[in-house]
Amino acid sequence: MSHEHSADLTGHLGHHDHAHDHDEHEESFVSKYIFSMDHKMISRQFLITAIIMAVIAMTMSIIFRMQLAWPGEKFAFINAMLGDKWGKDGILDPNMYLALVTIHGTIMVFFVLTGGLSGTFANLLIPYQVGARDMASGFLNMLSYWFFFLSSAIMLSSLFIEDGPASGGWTIYPPLSALPEAMPGSRLGMTLWLISMTLFVVSSLLGGINYVVTVINLRTKGMKMTRMPLTIWAMLITAILGVLSFPVLVSCVVLLICDRSLGTSFYLSDIYIGGRPLDNVGGSPVLFEHLFWFLGHPEVYIVLLPALGISSEVISTNSRKPIFGYRAMIGSMLAIGFLSFIVWGHHMFLTGMNPFLGSVFVFTTLLIAIPSAVKAFNYITTLWRGNIQYTPAMLFSIGLVSSFVTGGVTGIILADSTLDINVHDTYFVVAHFHIVMGLSAIFGMFAGVYHWFPKMFLRMMNKKLGYLHFWITFICAYGVFFPMHFLGLAGVPRRYYTNSAFPMFDNLVDINEIVTVFAIIAALGQFIFIFNFFYSIFRGEKAPQNPWNSNTLEWTTPMAHIHGNWPGALPVVHRWAYDYSKPGSPHDFIPQTVPLADGEQDGGGGH
Amino acid sequence: MKLLILIGLVLLIIAVHQLMRVVELSRQFKKGNEWSVKDSDNAFNGKAMLAFGFAFIGFFFWQADRWNDNALPGAASVHGLKIDTLWDYNMYLVVLVFVITNAVLFYFAYKYRGTKDTKATYLAHDNRLEMIWTIVPAVVLAFIIIFGLKYWNEITDRSTDPNKITIELYAKQFDWSARYAGNDKTLGETDYRQIDGGNSVGLDTLDTKGYDDIIVKNEFHIPVNREIEFKMRSRDVIHSAYMPHFRAQMNCVPGMITEFKFTPNKTTAQMRKDPYVIQMMAGINEARALKGDEPIEFDYLLLCNKICGVSHYNMQMNIVVESEKDYNAWLAKQKQVKPLAAK
Repeated sequence: MSHEHSADLTGHLGHHDHAHDHDEHEESFVSKYIFSMDHKMISRQFLITAIIMAVIAMTMSIIFRMQLAWPGEKFAFINAMLGDKWGKDGILDPNMYLALVTIHGTIMVFFVLTGGLSGTFANLLIPYQVGARDMASGFLNMLSYWFFFLSSAIMLSSLFIEDGPASGGWTIYPPLSALPEAMPGSRLGMTLWLISMTLFVVSSLLGGINYVVTVINLRTKGMKMTRMPLTIWAMLITAILGVLSFPVLVSCVVLLICDRSLGTSFYLSDIYIGGRPLDNVGGSPVLFEHLFWFLGHPEVYIVLLPALGISSEVISTNSRKPIFGYRAMIGSMLAIGFLSFIVWGHHMFLTGMNPFLGSVFVFTTLLIAIPSAVKAFNYITTLWRGNIQYTPAMLFSIGLVSSFVTGGVTGIILADSTLDINVHDTYFVVAHFHIVMGLSAIFGMFAGVYHWFPKMFLRMMNKKLGYLHFWITFICAYGVFFPMHFLGLAGVPRRYYTNSAFPMFDNLVDINEIVTVFAIIAALGQFIFIFNFFYSIFRGEKAPQNPWNSNTLEWTTPMAHIHGNWPGALPVVHRWAYDYSKPGSPHDFIPQTVPLADGEQDGGGGH
Repeated sequence: MKLLILIGLVLLIIAVHQLMRVVELSRQFKKGNEWSVKDSDNAFNGKAMLAFGFAFIGFFFWQADRWNDNALPGAASVHGLKIDTLWDYNMYLVVLVFVITNAVLFYFAYKYRGTKDTKATYLAHDNRLEMIWTIVPAVVLAFIIIFGLKYWNEITDRSTDPNKITIELYAKQFDWSARYAGNDKTLGETDYRQIDGGNSVGLDTLDTKGYDDIIVKNEFHIPVNREIEFKMRSRDVIHSAYMPHFRAQMNCVPGMITEFKFTPNKTTAQMRKDPYVIQMMAGINEARALKGDEPIEFDYLLLCNKICGVSHYNMQMNIVVESEKDYNAWLAKQKQVKPLAAK
């Protein structure tokens, strides 16, 4: 090992003799903290907005879980949260129940796990890990955040209007969502929902195009596609999925707006409501379902892939081993991304869609299990004979692998249209997607926050609080969602305000209580994280440059937030990102900036 | 009360603030840092992972045992029995994968917990292993797909039984009605513009085939061992006709007629004598007694299973399966719509 080599391992680049010729012009508060065009600041803006949205959505879930476990009970908490109109005497109003379920889903899927997850980590990691000064367009990137902010604000504002927010479920199937007579939530609340989501898509597209362009054009010298960390691959594929599928959601939403406001009949036909027949003839709600799920299914992977990318990076770093099957991981993400566009019909087996079409979707959907299985086994093999360092991020990543498997296997049941007949729209489905998508993605997000907090805020989060947070979250998460499978096996439909209106489900009270108790503990546990997060921003221990002894480029930047990320020249990449514990090296990691030794081979696959 | 909560919150914040100051001050006297992962952390978390793995899989079996008699009773329809068999095989497979994969994951998480002196094995890829876990799932999935689609095609095929009974299920916010074809065995045409108080399903008053139709609410009867072809319609928003005991479900979509067919094979009376159902009903009645409600007997139900508005949770209809003789007797007692439609 040359002298230069070990100098690099201390974390500096070969360029430290460059003078700091970067001009540090003075910035105003507004340009630095508000309308910032710096990817690091935008990433933090996304993260903090997402945390606030997540707390709101989580509180909603606690309110409706209390109703489900103890229907008709009076809770001062519910009254305090919702006031006398929606929580009279502390009993949740049935319309508000549907509204909470709807907005909980909307916020979690779009605002936390799409905007929050991609927005935070694509922004933070893409320029850092490909060795770019910033995103391709800082201005579009700034707009992306502010559209996200505006969209969040509009979504939240709908909570405070007279008729209440949208309440037709997060999938807003018309005619329920199209007709103001159908439910109070289909009045102004629905309009705000549609406006908010349109702005959200604008934000997502601005971000997505930026991510794709940056990854393709702004990689530093030596950063071949096959040397990119899996986080970047995941973000790239996610961004492509978003760019291709979100516009379809807009078209879907625009047609719904036309039906609601302009008297068109895209989704409406033969309807008698509010004491009169409507004029609309010829439309079909099934068209809406096709358009919605054409986004809706890729959306699942838009949520999941960044989390898988993050966990690949975290698991490899903290196992002190290369990720097993780097190329297979890329291949399986590409396969998942491609397949995600041709499976949307598995949400629609029982909608009246031609059953033959259903069988095509059974086939394509079950194919996804193959790349998913490859990913799961590759994660587990990465742990094998590792030297696992249990940072909080690593704990959450292992939690992700577990939930990805546990929730994934029930997908095999649900994708089988024959078996779907009896569990479709029951709690079995609720259990499935919360575990495979909700838990995996949120665990990935937590892993990312714990792992890259030092890059984001230059300080460390408290480790012990991180451990406590993980174990409470992990145990309670399964405590919440696992028993729901058994509700599904008993035939309990989703989105029921109470299961005690008729006797069929009276014996399931104890399951509902267990779920709710775990949910409350889990929710309280999140305050440990929130405290740790905000406390550490201001008072955490100072972070060293490369706390996890990681190989990727972001750890070669100085511990300061400077424009352009690297003072002096950009780093040059000589190897893939996963040279951990490579035989012949005195250290158990070799940063990407270290040149290959004589005769040393690069990368993990393909030769 | 609110003041007390406020004071409590303020005190809590002060207490946390003081506590953190103590922690920060004590940090200065310690060597090293607090954030880096020590061997003891790895040991603790590795062991906790193993313990969690055991607890998790144990929790799964505990639930499966404890809530075993909550699940829906065995299917009460011919195709439903096939679904149940297919379900069981798929479930065994899935549970096996779930248990093994999680067990290996948590075991590795324990076994390979790090120490200062260990060095990880550099293993970047292994084509043979990766081929195995590409091909094995692919083969298994091929079987799942083949059997799944075979049954799916059977179940969703058009009804060809000349002896079938056609019943229309009509959904609206927030109740169901069922329409029988009457003597001519043909359902009358409908037109949603003709819906009014006396014509709740919108029968076309010019279509004489509808005059002998029979419309019932709250409860409908079907004969055992006859194929029933359901035609579903909706008046206002999407509903879903979910008959869980028969493993039957289909959405009711405004502007469309959707279909589902099944052959019930157990009467309501037979179900009430089924040992599993007796045990399940005992559980239900025990829970009802705690609430002070009267005990009830088993009934088949039609539920709404697509969010349809404020009373979505309370939109159901009883189904009675009985012998053909009882069914005919019941049907004969029902009123035909003729007087209403012809007016």
